[in-house]
Amino acid sequence: MNWNFIIFSAVKIAIIIGVVQGMVAYAVLAERKISAWIQDRVGPNRCAPPFVKAIPGLGPVLIRLGLFQPLADGLKFMLKEDFTPAGVRKVYFWLAPAIAVIPSMLVIAVIPFGSQLGHQQMVIADLNVGILYTFGIVSLGVYGIVLAGYAANSKYPFLGGIRSSAQMISYEISMGMSVIPVLLIAGNLNLSQIIGWQAHHGWLALYSPVSFIIFLVASFAETNRLPFDLPEAETELVGGYHTEYSSMKFALFFLGEYSNMIASAGMMVTLFFGGWTLPFWGLDHPAANLGMGLVQILVFLVKMLLFMGLFIWVRWMFPRFRYDQLMDLGWRRFLPLALANIFVTAVVLWLIS
Amino acid sequence: MIVNRKPLTFWEKLYLPAIVGGFKVTLRHAFRSLFGGKTVTMEYPEQKWAVPADYRGAPYLVRDQNDDTKCVSCQLCEFVCPPKAIKIIPPGPAGQLADRPNAEKMPQEFEINMLRCIFCGLCQEVCPEEAIFLQKDYSLTGRSREEMIYDKRKLLALGGAYGGVQKWKHKLEEAKEQENFPVKV
Repeated sequence: MNWNFIIFSAVKIAIIIGVVQGMVAYAVLAERKISAWIQDRVGPNRCAPPFVKAIPGLGPVLIRLGLFQPLADGLKFMLKEDFTPAGVRKVYFWLAPAIAVIPSMLVIAVIPFGSQLGHQQMVIADLNVGILYTFGIVSLGVYGIVLAGYAANSKYPFLGGIRSSAQMISYEISMGMSVIPVLLIAGNLNLSQIIGWQAHHGWLALYSPVSFIIFLVASFAETNRLPFDLPEAETELVGGYHTEYSSMKFALFFLGEYSNMIASAGMMVTLFFGGWTLPFWGLDHPAANLGMGLVQILVFLVKMLLFMGLFIWVRWMFPRFRYDQLMDLGWRRFLPLALANIFVTAVVLWLIS
Repeated sequence: MIVNRKPLTFWEKLYLPAIVGGFKVTLRHAFRSLFGGKTVTMEYPEQKWAVPADYRGAPYLVRDQNDDTKCVSCQLCEFVCPPKAIKIIPPGPAGQLADRPNAEKMPQEFEINMLRCIFCGLCQEVCPEEAIFLQKDYSLTGRSREEMIYDKRKLLALGGAYGGVQKWKHKLEEAKEQENFPVKV
């Protein structure tokens, strides 16, 4: 047993889980703020612990931005009654939130969020089959939602669960297909080495824009975000699969959805936008010192936050797809398009070589 | 009515024009509310609605032009009040006299339970002395149920003076005129 490896991995896991939870909390705030701005509103702008107001100049601005709202939200979730309705299938009812959260956390394990600090690689698990692992784990996320819908013993969650399973399966396929050209071009399944390839040859989004677009749309569907939020569809299904959930169990579904978003944004950055690299200022090769390592982590975070912003922005822009339109788009547009993309990429690569 | 749905053109089927349009609209609104300060939100405790003139808010007792209590403790409002929010304790035979001329009595205690009051305005309508009016307060707060039972002192303080209808002043003038009226026998 290599104790060094275990200790450093544990530290990395702890930090990443902490950072992801914090990002989830503030993604919810960003969601509320951006939706407010788009809809000509103000958004959360009151909540703050009493001492903040006393900070001259900065204090009122922080309050106005609602920066303390996530703390209040978290506290509220903790203090709410955890209600279990009569007639639910208790085991599944308790299991579902955990199954919704765990896969989205696990996916983050293979995403390289920086090159290296000292001699430590900034990725929890540098798997050689990184992408396959990701797709394997992401598919598990649907079970949380389906189980929640099944266990709640109520028709709205049940409909939400059914929709979710159909939607996830159809978009999973296009998503997987869309990545294959990337693998063909980069010639590797290891995410760190895909980033390395991009550092030398340029971002893969430029080589394979069709892949990127399919992956982007499919990840909207995978994360159950508008315009594909049919599983929760507040206006149709009350709250969808989490209608019967309350308190921390409900918060876990929220956590799962947003950490899914973070994982998707991270995957997109890694696969199509060069991960932690930038083509200038010497940021395109693994860091030699601590400072550069931190800058590269920052680069990754900024790229990821841009995608998070896109996710949130799109949510407040489009109406929900109708169910048949969703299926039509998934099976009759994106699947053939992804297959054609694989074929064209393969032919071009064959001709070049 | 039958809506004629035209089939989408190829360009429209790509969703691209709609996507670009959506980005444009949302961006415009976001910039306007972020930097132009043009939000539709009314930030309530700081900004308030202009309450319309005939608004029915909380009922308070009013004083007349001489700062005297108008209420004569007739208890009509107490009887008419649908949620029984009003409680009047009359002065009784040996009680305090009214503090204005032309009235025999005024309430020893007058309580309105604002938690019960439904702001219907029947008390105002029934009052022969025009001593109680629904005013413009709509946000009544307190830390306990007891605090939300407004007593006579509080109601009078909140109600203020109301010089609009001066019924007893006119009655007095009328009476004086009648006394001076040359009665020819």
